[in-house]
Amino acid sequence: MSEGLTTAEPAQPDHGSARAAALPGGAGAGGGTHVGTARVKRGMAEMLKGGVIMDVVTADQARIAEDAGAVAVMALERVPADIRAQGGVARMSDPEMIASIIEAVSIPVMAKARIGHFVEAQVLQELGVDYVDESEVLTPADPHHHIDKWRFTVPFVCGATNLGEALRRIGEGAAMIRSKGEAGTGEVSNAVVHMRTIRAEIARLSALAPDELFAAAKELRAPYELVAEVARLGALPVVLFTAGGIATPADAALMMQLGADGVFVGSGIFKSGDPARRARAIVEATTMYTHADVIAKVSRGLGEAMVGINVGELAPTDRFADRGW
Amino acid sequence: MVNDPGMALSQAAAPAQAAAQASAATAGTVRLGVLALQGDVREHSRALAAAGARVVEVRRVCDLDAVDGLVLPGGESTTIGRLLRVFELLEPLRDAIAAGLPVFGSCAGMILLARDVLDGRPGQPLLGGLDVVVRRNAFGRQVDSFEAEIDVTGVAGGPVRAVFIRAPWVEKIGDEVEVLGRVGDRIVAVRQDNVLATAFHPELTGDTRIHQLFVSMVEGIRERQGLGQVRGTA
Repeated sequence: MSEGLTTAEPAQPDHGSARAAALPGGAGAGGGTHVGTARVKRGMAEMLKGGVIMDVVTADQARIAEDAGAVAVMALERVPADIRAQGGVARMSDPEMIASIIEAVSIPVMAKARIGHFVEAQVLQELGVDYVDESEVLTPADPHHHIDKWRFTVPFVCGATNLGEALRRIGEGAAMIRSKGEAGTGEVSNAVVHMRTIRAEIARLSALAPDELFAAAKELRAPYELVAEVARLGALPVVLFTAGGIATPADAALMMQLGADGVFVGSGIFKSGDPARRARAIVEATTMYTHADVIAKVSRGLGEAMVGINVGELAPTDRFADRGW
Repeated sequence: MVNDPGMALSQAAAPAQAAAQASAATAGTVRLGVLALQGDVREHSRALAAAGARVVEVRRVCDLDAVDGLVLPGGESTTIGRLLRVFELLEPLRDAIAAGLPVFGSCAGMILLARDVLDGRPGQPLLGGLDVVVRRNAFGRQVDSFEAEIDVTGVAGGPVRAVFIRAPWVEKIGDEVEVLGRVGDRIVAVRQDNVLATAFHPELTGDTRIHQLFVSMVEGIRERQGLGQVRGTA
């Protein structure tokens, strides 16, 4: 859904995170090269479009994901289903484990920091993680403030349940948005609701007169400049993925047909009966998301899907999607 | 694609398609495909339309029949390579490129066009067509991704803004390969006969001069072959 990259510059200023750098790899280009710009951060997410990003907890799982055609992996100690089952405080993963996954695969590696925990994010950047997910799946570290993501060279992805939330995160410097869904349930309904909500709110903005956008910004509790940009583009200025409850190839294709640019699969793969096969099937269904013949073919005989939890049966305190603001 | 309720909902793709169709109505006859298995397909489609081409997305072998040239977009080269194999495009595309189909690849697309890749996945499928060896992720991880101004041979009007994202570089070149651009002493833009490749992403900047270069290249090849189907120059 991103339309902003082909404009000359993003509407949001890049608050000093872009720094001139000597070229890595000893290439020695001389002056004039810049890392950590909004275009480089948002552009990285553009390259992931049409792809599947898979949660992995070991180097072996990361290799299975890469072999299956994942465009990136999310390195974490416990998948959301286990965080739910085991309870307790969920934090950034052990850097040792993240480093071993970076070592194991050649595709990009993402990792999660707690909402507001900017030091976890600093650590992840230091480790060479390619994208930081400031994630509601972990226990929030700050009940009031998200991370100021402009201050980092590494790009961030954040979850959203509606347009206002997405724009607040972009205002803080997020370079990619994903629907929150309800992680660790294997139940896709919340991801569907979040995706439809964001799209409907974008469509509504596009229909407003210019002088109505000021009040819209107030209602959305989002920066006016971003609201005006979305109204003009008819889309978010960054890539919009889906996450939270995707468990089958048909789930992935459903979310793509609803307008997602790509798919995060958390517990759905490695909590299923045949992870390698399911991973391949979800990748293929995501690519051919309008081709029911392909989705039918790859969905056959996949074995057990992950055991699901009905979102409606979750206690309000167990709902990850309500974390963040 | 027939009777497809999802497409009604997928309005996100509409601006690019509308642009492509508008351009098709007015522009010349060059019809270019963008390989649409994974990656920044929409950005390339938009840039090609702005450069005056008719644009179609290529997902299956039959889509190849009607194109005069093909763009391999940025994305994850291991993913695209695997999908090329799964959807039985690898051999037909390899043959078409060897037979002279004009192709432009950016970043992952450059990797796919290489003769060989360093730091790739073992057995990573490649299309070939360019007598080069590329090093994958050569400039580093995402925190090392950068922008720079570079001069590109054949592109008039000053340097282009080049966006490098976990980008490869060209490490070895054959005698037939023309170097079009460098960043520092690293080769990042090349051409050989019908194949153009950049390690960076011209589709991300709104500057369509590289896409115009490719459109001219396709037109030139078509003219030399008397406006027929582009085949058999390799």
